[in-house]
Amino acid sequence: MENTTKDYSHIKGWGIDADPKNDPTYPMKNRTNGEHLGYSWERPTLQSETVEILHSNERPDVTAVFGTSTPPSGLSGMIRRMAFKKTENDYGHWLPLILADRINVVEGIIEDLRSGHVPNIFAEKGMKAEWKYNRSGLLRQIAVTAIIGYGVVAFYRAKKKRDRGY
Amino acid sequence: MLAMNYRGPLRVRASQKPMPKIEHPQDAIVRVTRSCICGSDLHLYNGAVPDTRVGMTFGHEFTGVVEEVGSEVTKIKVGDHVLVPFNIACGECVFCKQEMYGNCHESNPQATAVGGIFGYSHTAGGYNGGQAEYARVPYANVGPTVIPEGMDPDDAVLLTDVVPTGYQAAEMGGIQKGDTVVVFGAGPIGIMAAKCAWLFGAGRVIIIDQVDYRLEFARNYSQCEAYNFNEIGDPVLFLKKTTDWMGADVCIDAVGAEAAGNAMQTITGRKLLLQAGSATALHWAINSVKKGGIVSIVGVYGPTDNLVPIGNVVNKGITIRANQASVKRLLPRLIEHVQNGVLNPKALITHRIPLEEVSDAYRIFSAKLDNCIKPILISPSAGM
Repeated sequence: MENTTKDYSHIKGWGIDADPKNDPTYPMKNRTNGEHLGYSWERPTLQSETVEILHSNERPDVTAVFGTSTPPSGLSGMIRRMAFKKTENDYGHWLPLILADRINVVEGIIEDLRSGHVPNIFAEKGMKAEWKYNRSGLLRQIAVTAIIGYGVVAFYRAKKKRDRGY
Repeated sequence: MLAMNYRGPLRVRASQKPMPKIEHPQDAIVRVTRSCICGSDLHLYNGAVPDTRVGMTFGHEFTGVVEEVGSEVTKIKVGDHVLVPFNIACGECVFCKQEMYGNCHESNPQATAVGGIFGYSHTAGGYNGGQAEYARVPYANVGPTVIPEGMDPDDAVLLTDVVPTGYQAAEMGGIQKGDTVVVFGAGPIGIMAAKCAWLFGAGRVIIIDQVDYRLEFARNYSQCEAYNFNEIGDPVLFLKKTTDWMGADVCIDAVGAEAAGNAMQTITGRKLLLQAGSATALHWAINSVKKGGIVSIVGVYGPTDNLVPIGNVVNKGITIRANQASVKRLLPRLIEHVQNGVLNPKALITHRIPLEEVSDAYRIFSAKLDNCIKPILISPSAGM
């Protein structure tokens, strides 16, 4: 669709090779070129911000609707707030978010313990299913981990003995 | 209510969470009747998607019965049994108006590169998902679609993502009659993409994976050739040889960030997170397609960067087409295909697991235990 309110007559040949069929977005996009008008649509009713919502600095504001699960909190929340000062184009946005996710895991365990819940990490990892459907693989994995663990301990014990000179 | 609760990489559990409530006049609350675990949930499960917060509920493939609606909801009513597209779309922004419902500009404050998706981290809007007894469904006038009378809910739940994504993967391939189409990945999406390639007139369909039971399933379900990349040597060379040294007309990446098959990609992408997942399938797709061919990407990658042979894209004149599926745009056609028996989505379902056992369900799907293709979770309130 043309959106030619501007006068391009001063540009010799403007548009003479335009081909509407040359559109690799078909049929995924029912092209109207509405974007040429910018942020012009009538926005839906805006959702009330009842929790802290971080938003990309590549947009002017919060979207009309958003999720309210797990608002930022604690140390991970502080890191997330800093991350959102950087653009989506910047590693300074994404890498701190991944760091915050890892810190959030520890915060989750602390939160569990504070509320009197001891997380059953084996159950959360679905070990019951692994035991049921892949018992030999699981046993092999445990054996390999035990051997490596034993090897590491034995190495450090031997090193300690050597360092003490006996 | 009972809901899936993310606790960290490879750790999820079912626990009690507060009931969702109407937070916007266009919201609906649904009682979930079916909910799937998607291959792309595994990116979250593995901790590969930035801003995946502890305590979140995943699940972007679900159906449910409408329990409550906001004051502006007119298209669905209490008691309707609806399928809920994974895209959260306003229907009003310039992108929705052009039927790009996966690219809505009014549903995800946290990122401009993707629209809102249920239960898919704060990078996709921070919404809780449908792996729960109840879920909040925003923009209920746009997304949720009443399940046609007589349609099996198991078929309906796969119309929320698997079928449209597989179909759009083939559609984006621009398949012409007689084309050779190669699909990388024999998960549910890849299997569906291979099946749908025939609907566009493909002359030959090949699927590549390394899991034998899935390849066997694909052979039968998608009626295509299926090869284990561990048994064919370099898959790119194999595909060149089998296409008379030309390369495939269309290659589809239906794997995304969890791809195996290349140690360097696996270590840098999946283990060290130095790139946004392992781009092995995309790498193979670009190198296997013919000059002037088309690569269609529906595999999900993280938001940072990936190592792919972009120089070959330029030198071979490849067209890359990619997007999240626009479920609402495709639904009318796909419902028709299901009702006419052209597509049989529910045949993909291999496991029905109570929501209470969500930890085991993720493990079974993630580790490909018990010949799992597609697990669905049944909540205690499902009622059907």
